[in-house]
Amino acid sequence: MKAERRWRSWRPAAGPLFGLAAVLALFAVDPELRAIFFSGSNAKLVLTQTVIVAVGALGMTLVIVSGGIDLSAGSVVALTGVVAASLLVAAVPPVLVVILTLAAGALIGFVNGSIIAWGRMIPFIVTLGMMGVARGLAKWLGNNQTVNPADNSLNLLMEPRQPLQFFPLPPGVWLAAGLAAAMAVVMSRTIFGRQVFAIGSNEEAARLCGIPVRRRKIAIYALAGLFFGMSGLLQYSRLTQGDPTVAFGLELEIIAAVVIGGASLNGGSGSIVGSVIGALIMAVLKSGSGQLNWPTYMQEIVIGAVIVLAVGLDRLREWRTGR
Amino acid sequence: MAVSRLRLAGVVRSFGATRALRGVDFELAPGEVHALIGENGAGKSTLIKIVGGILRADAGVVELDGKPYRPANPLSARRRGIAVIHQELSLAPDLSVEENVLLGREPRRFGFVATGQRRRQARQALAQLGREAMDLRRPVRELGLAEQQMVEIARALVDRPRALLMDEPTSSLTRLDTQRLFEAISRLKQAGVSVIYVSHFLEECRQVADRYTVLRDGRSVATGEMSRVTFGELVRAMAGEDSGEFRRRTERPPGDVVFELDRICGKTLPREVSLSLRRGEILGIAGLVGAGRTETLRVCFGLDALRGGRLRVKGRWDRGRSPRGRLRQGVGYVSESRKEEGLLLERSVADNLTLTRLEPCSRWGFIDRSAQNRAASRWIDELSVSAAGPRQSVRELSGGNQQKIAIGRLLHHDADILLLDEPTRGIDVGSRFRIYRLIHELAEQGRAVLLASSYLPELLGICDRIAVMRRGELVADRPVACWNESRLLAAAAGEGNETHES
Repeated sequence: MKAERRWRSWRPAAGPLFGLAAVLALFAVDPELRAIFFSGSNAKLVLTQTVIVAVGALGMTLVIVSGGIDLSAGSVVALTGVVAASLLVAAVPPVLVVILTLAAGALIGFVNGSIIAWGRMIPFIVTLGMMGVARGLAKWLGNNQTVNPADNSLNLLMEPRQPLQFFPLPPGVWLAAGLAAAMAVVMSRTIFGRQVFAIGSNEEAARLCGIPVRRRKIAIYALAGLFFGMSGLLQYSRLTQGDPTVAFGLELEIIAAVVIGGASLNGGSGSIVGSVIGALIMAVLKSGSGQLNWPTYMQEIVIGAVIVLAVGLDRLREWRTGR
Repeated sequence: MAVSRLRLAGVVRSFGATRALRGVDFELAPGEVHALIGENGAGKSTLIKIVGGILRADAGVVELDGKPYRPANPLSARRRGIAVIHQELSLAPDLSVEENVLLGREPRRFGFVATGQRRRQARQALAQLGREAMDLRRPVRELGLAEQQMVEIARALVDRPRALLMDEPTSSLTRLDTQRLFEAISRLKQAGVSVIYVSHFLEECRQVADRYTVLRDGRSVATGEMSRVTFGELVRAMAGEDSGEFRRRTERPPGDVVFELDRICGKTLPREVSLSLRRGEILGIAGLVGAGRTETLRVCFGLDALRGGRLRVKGRWDRGRSPRGRLRQGVGYVSESRKEEGLLLERSVADNLTLTRLEPCSRWGFIDRSAQNRAASRWIDELSVSAAGPRQSVRELSGGNQQKIAIGRLLHHDADILLLDEPTRGIDVGSRFRIYRLIHELAEQGRAVLLASSYLPELLGICDRIAVMRRGELVADRPVACWNESRLLAAAAGEGNETHES
């Protein structure tokens, strides 16, 4: 009984975890590659690359579990990156920069959520529009070029420092891990989190049970926006500049991570652990195929196939367990 | 009896020109189970919605424990102690049993779910239904229908309701599960909860209820103690006077058998249906909501999977075909929801009529619009559709004319076995007669018609034979002369022998 319970709480992540193991095993076959691929420095690189997608995936999981979608994520990452850089150029203290950047992300999400909840419009359209608006705002703010602040403490967030060994990891990696842990608790243990599942699973039932569906939706998109803002900060730190054209198509990568992680686009299911693993799978694939000197087009084909395969296997598993 | 738990007097409610409730009196005593009985369209669902706070009465008195009761929405009805269990379950399938039971009522501690407390409360609510052993951590989607229903009822019990309203709770339950539900209801009764039990199944009502009220045409026509009424009296109260509205049958010599069902069953419905249909024959299928009329037609046409049994179309047995295959065999189907799954509302009359067979109106894959118009004009004339022309969009036509287009498409396709589901739903009286005449003409031309309807006078008026379905099974198939409204109702609603009138 006890063991079964433990299994139950892990089951949603079991598929993605298996997928990660499979991908790692794939790159462990060739002894030459294995030596490079499983070195501390490479692991560190992979983790650092995962972070931006993973933090975005935290917010996206929230949205997708509630039965929605947010296509503006990539543009918001670019916009908040430019916001952070511009504030730094204006010599705003870094702590305030962090707060304001996150607020900018949350504001965009709040607008998305409000239009979806009160305007009764479908999330796909609203956030598709916001994708254009936020990208435009980023370019406007950056005057169509990159914004380059002087050296500052925010640049350290993603700095590898000693690139040849695994530790110390950049602070951004620890930050992402901490946020993921916090979100996992929010999703599984708090009333808010369970209400998000309820809304995604059966919105009508949620309304009937007195859950304030509209307010929750606004909160969901605002919180997601906050995570995209965090992602934007990390993106800035990685480039040490604000680039309005960066993160183009990132939203799809984030959505792919969440979906590989076992979430259903119909809402009602998904897990933070799964999404983070989904992000890791994609980073590992990219890194591994890079080491193998596959051309970029081959990487794209492989990653595309993996997305479909992962979701297909998940379906199969669901079908086999009688649903 | 002291103060009634719930009292309705002279309640009236209209929707536009239709008067759904024309004066309903209803009284619910504390701790009693009260059956609310009536045919389709008698006004039961409107009444439920008024009590549940979804609709408001136009006029009349509604009192709860002697105080005026006019809930603004379902939530405030719940707060006043009225819990409604709707026919369609409203559970979140991905959440666990305990989460569903306390959805929206989670015990909290600093925004975190107080898990232990939640488990206790869920267990307590389920215990009232004799379900203390249920696995609370299991996602609801993994439960059977009966258990899901228990979760739904348990959720209603968390608020400690004074009255529980159950709308057709057994329509998807097996007989064993129904007995379990009845046990749960009698526990609630002992705990002082009043229950309004709405069902088509008279035998069930007789078994579970203390008193009854019968609705007919939006009025309460009979009420009393269940133990003092016979099955036959209830049926007569539901049916009212037999109305011989459209008895205008023509004599047609029956042709050969063209369509035959041999013990077919689908995924859940139908369970077992066998029948045979001849050329020139109109065979009606009667049955209550949920008896499996629509599902039978869908399986016949290949829209739902055939899980057992076989069909014979024009001499050839098969074990299910796709809708495309059926159309090729000359089988046509008109859905009961013609707007959702029948017509392309934005497209023209001509497009709709020729949709399934465009070959005669095209050359090398290109549509020949004038040929299409010619074909459409012919059907417009033959079916006397009032349309401005073949290019008018179907949305602009009246319901009756839309239905003619839906049937016309089958004729253009040259289908000679027609499966019609509720062909006159939502159509005004005048147009109804035109549809009836059309169906007769089609039969005279030697086509075979299988017609499902919930409107008994319609079946009695136009069919040659009527078959009755009950809980997924075809239970009686007789010439129309052997039927009247009471007999049909008894066959559709009764549990045992439909002739046991006293």
